[in-house]
Amino acid sequence: MSFSRIKFDKKIVLSFWIILIALIIAAPTLLPVFRLNLLGRYLSLSIVALGVDLIWGYTGLLSLGQGIFFALGGYCAAMYLQITSSSEFPNNIPEFFALYGVEKLPFFWEPFRSPVFTFFAIWIIPALVAGLIGFLVFRNRIKGVYFSILTQASLLVFFNFFNGQQKLINGTNGLKTDVTQLFGQMVGSESMQRLFFWVTAILVIASWFFAKWVVKGRFGNILIGIRDDEPRVRFTGYNPVIFKTIIFSIAGGLAGISGALYTVQSGIVSPQFMTVPFSIEMVIWVAVGGRGTLLGAILGAVFINYAKSLVSEALPASWMFIQGGLFILVVTALPEGVLGWIQGDGPRNLLQRFGLKRKIETYPSLEVNNKEGNNE
Amino acid sequence: MELLLDSLFNGVAIGSVLLVAALGLAIVFGLMGVINLAHGELMMLGAYTTYVTQLIFKLPILKPFYNSYIIVSIFLAFIVSGVVGILLEKTIIRKLYGSPLETLLATWGVSLILQQFVRSVPLAYGTGLVISLLIGLFLPTTFPSKIKESINFKYFKFSSWIFAALTGVLTGSVISSSVSKLSRASARNVDVTAPSWMRGQVEIIGTAFPKTRLMIIVITLISVIAITLFLNQSAWGMRIRAVTQNRQMSDCLGISTEKVDIITFGIGSGLAGVAGVAVSLLGSVGPNVGGNYIVGCFMVVVLGGVGNLLGTVLASFGIGIMTDLIGAGRLLSIWPDMPLPLSNTINFFATTSMARVMIFALIVIFLQFKPTGLFPQKGRMVEN
Repeated sequence: MSFSRIKFDKKIVLSFWIILIALIIAAPTLLPVFRLNLLGRYLSLSIVALGVDLIWGYTGLLSLGQGIFFALGGYCAAMYLQITSSSEFPNNIPEFFALYGVEKLPFFWEPFRSPVFTFFAIWIIPALVAGLIGFLVFRNRIKGVYFSILTQASLLVFFNFFNGQQKLINGTNGLKTDVTQLFGQMVGSESMQRLFFWVTAILVIASWFFAKWVVKGRFGNILIGIRDDEPRVRFTGYNPVIFKTIIFSIAGGLAGISGALYTVQSGIVSPQFMTVPFSIEMVIWVAVGGRGTLLGAILGAVFINYAKSLVSEALPASWMFIQGGLFILVVTALPEGVLGWIQGDGPRNLLQRFGLKRKIETYPSLEVNNKEGNNE
Repeated sequence: MELLLDSLFNGVAIGSVLLVAALGLAIVFGLMGVINLAHGELMMLGAYTTYVTQLIFKLPILKPFYNSYIIVSIFLAFIVSGVVGILLEKTIIRKLYGSPLETLLATWGVSLILQQFVRSVPLAYGTGLVISLLIGLFLPTTFPSKIKESINFKYFKFSSWIFAALTGVLTGSVISSSVSKLSRASARNVDVTAPSWMRGQVEIIGTAFPKTRLMIIVITLISVIAITLFLNQSAWGMRIRAVTQNRQMSDCLGISTEKVDIITFGIGSGLAGVAGVAVSLLGSVGPNVGGNYIVGCFMVVVLGGVGNLLGTVLASFGIGIMTDLIGAGRLLSIWPDMPLPLSNTINFFATTSMARVMIFALIVIFLQFKPTGLFPQKGRMVEN
């Protein structure tokens, strides 16, 4: 693995930001609402991808159960929207309860009447659940493939629970949000969708900075240490369990935010968010974009989902082949992902293959040593 | 007593499906540390093999032997899934050795491709493809060693692949022209009907047991015995056990770990095919049939620990019996007048899906006490 990273000029970085912000401001007027809504959804998915990158790219924990936290965030948002727009329905409770003859609101719905509680619940509840699952697993030094399998199994458990409980959370039908009200407007209306797009774009940038802050400095170094050699970190006197639990619950919280944003833009949250394929897809976004590069996770999530919708519109049957091939290709041929390949030695190797001479780089210290004649 | 026997039988029946499905997974995981997410799809291939065999045995030439198709399909399913598994090992898994998480993702990709493959390719041509793979992979190994060692061996290999491709296309078109059901691609689920001698029930000590369930238990029993004998009595079995215990040391002592990997992966995948036959007897067969069983298999492997078949056996029967006890609410019928809060709780969990929730919780609690499963591998290494 190469450690040389391209250093960008300050001017380039500045113009990148100006273009990005201009695009975000202009997008709602340039794009038709349907495409804008799709873009907003993919941007919200990129937040969960950031979480996956934190735990997989930086800490080496492959979670196949991020869908749990994603869906929990979505359910929190949807429960608030449903309960605040249910004043016309019998018993002042959401409409679907009448189908199953439930007259009293289940107790855990009550706190969701409060917008403040919901605002915190969207990220704290998934983070707490992730922390609990993580702690129970990490405490026993269960790791690697075992960890992946256990997260997948817990995903299935949550799926079964949410899928089977009609009387509590409308089971397999899920909770609809597009006909509910927020700030006196329909959530599914055009103006609200524009607003959600901006909120999503701002939150993506905010979570990107947050993730950058998390992996910077000593905390990030310990995470990378755990990824590369966990026993050594332990022998040095750190307790990996704490660090792994914290980062896993941070990723859970990010997934919750992402799920809530996705839910209000897609108009429904259902146990389908907790299916096994969806959670594994999240990993492939990060793998293709480049794990260990936070920007790669965002770009991977947006571009792969965009490609998915384009291909599925044109040739529905071929997407599974393409996706399967992508999984195989990216782990065998491009393990660092696209961004990792660009930042690493990839382009230079490619140029060399076309006969262009490669500039030889050495470490500065090596050159100094050579001059002093220490080495040879 | 009768109730208890009934419950025990149901539990053993559920457990034996799990066991035959998890057996291959456990062996491969024990040897290579690789979790094969395409295992469920290899089961699916086995189930489809049963379906294809059944249709072929309905042809006029084979009609007299129709009743024995299920026995034939067990062997065919083993071969089909085994060949696909060997191809998988040779092309992908070998390259990813030492990075189990990457293998996990790559095998998931394979599982997606296999699912879409049975949806969009007619089964007749799928059969042809498997036959050509079989010939292409195994014909070169049957050549005399004089040819194998010569420089021109690659030409022999190449021509045997051409021969294989031609045979595959030929069988594919013969099958598709003679069995119309196999000539079109379809995403719909298909049904395997058990032959007449397997329908109905058997009465043992006053309780009726469905024959298909008994058949599955028999298949499982035979697979477990065969694999135990193979691992403990044969030379290759000994090599597999050696590599499982210490790969580097075995390599140093002259065991070809590459060959051991191929053989183990082939056998593990083949066992998935046999599991597919069992699964096809239980319900309809579709592209997603493997997904229903795969997480259960993973739980068996986690619970049973690696490197010991006894752990796998105990774990699958344990999970099977618990599933039946919780999922069917049998505790209530065994102890009818239990206090109200307890019986309410049991009723809450008395569905198949809620039973899964409960069992997972129990497994996580169990892992708090024994993190490496029932029978962990002994060793003094920091890392496993």
